[in-house]
Amino acid sequence: MSARGLVSAPARVKRGEVFEVKTLVAHPMETGFRPGFDGRLIPRDIVTRMAVSLDGAELFAMEMSPAIAANPYVAFPMTLEKGGVLTVEWRGDNGFVAEARIAIAVA
Amino acid sequence: MRLPLVLLLVAWAAAAAAQDARRSGYADMGPALRAMQDDDAANPASLWVLEGSALWGARDGAAQRACADCHGAPETLQGVAGRYPAFDAKRASAVDLAGRIEECRTERQQAPPFGRETRPLLALEALVVRQSRGVPLAADPALAAVASVGETLWRQRIGQLDLSCAQCHDDRAGLRLGGTPIPQAHATAYPVYRLEWQGLGSLQRRLRNCMTGVRAAPYAYGSQEYLALEVYLARRSAGMPHEGPGVRP
Amino acid sequence: MTARRQFLAGALALACVPSAARATPETVAEAVRQLVAGRQVRDGALTIDVPPLVENGNAVPLTVAAPAGLSVVALHVFTEKNPQPHVLHARFAAPTPAARVATRVKLADSQTVLALAELPDGTFLRARADVIVTLAACIEDPT
Repeated sequence: MSARGLVSAPARVKRGEVFEVKTLVAHPMETGFRPGFDGRLIPRDIVTRMAVSLDGAELFAMEMSPAIAANPYVAFPMTLEKGGVLTVEWRGDNGFVAEARIAIAVA
Repeated sequence: MRLPLVLLLVAWAAAAAAQDARRSGYADMGPALRAMQDDDAANPASLWVLEGSALWGARDGAAQRACADCHGAPETLQGVAGRYPAFDAKRASAVDLAGRIEECRTERQQAPPFGRETRPLLALEALVVRQSRGVPLAADPALAAVASVGETLWRQRIGQLDLSCAQCHDDRAGLRLGGTPIPQAHATAYPVYRLEWQGLGSLQRRLRNCMTGVRAAPYAYGSQEYLALEVYLARRSAGMPHEGPGVRP
Repeated sequence: MTARRQFLAGALALACVPSAARATPETVAEAVRQLVAGRQVRDGALTIDVPPLVENGNAVPLTVAAPAGLSVVALHVFTEKNPQPHVLHARFAAPTPAARVATRVKLADSQTVLALAELPDGTFLRARADVIVTLAACIEDPT
């Protein structure tokens, strides 16, 4: 299923105006510290990094640890000088990759 | 025109709810969790809605038909979730929203059922439920007999702890169990993203959770017992605004 | 291995897990030391916003915000009683006024959350917040 990541931001903003970007990604964030039914630790399976870029230029990134809750939510402020396509990319253990995009116009 | 109508319904339902003593579990949550439910961009159930939207348009089954081929946009189902469980004339019995989606799937799409509590079924349920936000819950009058079966189950002592649903959620609602407030158990927000589950789950999963809590053998998912309880709870919560898909601790 | 040996080994493993899998004020201090790498750290007016009483430690809303008048390039969060000290490291590509990051974290227990803001000159501001985590009364039996 490709529909894993969500990004929300205003469709248009003023140049230099501070707005908030909110992101969600479907992921169990298995910590690697939890024993399963057989008493063995369930292997770690987490998102390790999310990065936000505008037309290829990275503007914000966050390294995640097992302490980030399942289905990670990350929100942060941003300003833009020009419009474009904002791309959020999540990467994690076991080759996990997810992406979400949103077009933002700057007036 | 649609938005003002929804707002009116919300305002009406909120005003009506203020006049009776019924209280959604939403009111017992702290401001942070209420904000988590209210903001679609932060509510983790939105991930299921997103997945449901993808499934909605996907052709499947021997009929190679998508939900969208019959129903059009999901918005056409505005208010529908608030009317479930409903009387299913063909089966002459109650059907809940999950059961109705499965029926569509097996009969219209001619595809195998997803199964209760599976991710795709919960995703479609979340998508449909979101179209009913703010709509007052309605109890189907054709299900009065099923509701009384549900009420009997509600008041029946069960499990090694020998407790009925009513003893906690009618008689002791508002008191605390450990550090947590005992809610009145209104089914206004299902399916819910429960922080305890770290995922989305149905009312039947929540009922199962209570049953194992009092050390009773839980009913099977999709059983007549759970359906009867769902019907009774819908009657008990009738008129309260639908909040689903909600967030609960 | 005999059944008794197996039992002993299992008991030993269980006994060892909690102590091995928990950060301590010392491991947090070490993680912070590695991040800071000798640069200056001052206690400062960072805001750490967490609910005073957490309803479920599985997902605790957490916001760290730098003072409005200050530009920041990164925000870092650590905890003392989770299995390991790191929570998040958020980096802005350009110095950002009124920088903040909001997320949801797992907290294993009532504990202290430590936040650091990294300024463009390489120095840090530091703040702490105490969080009380209550345990849910009705947890799901997975069987």
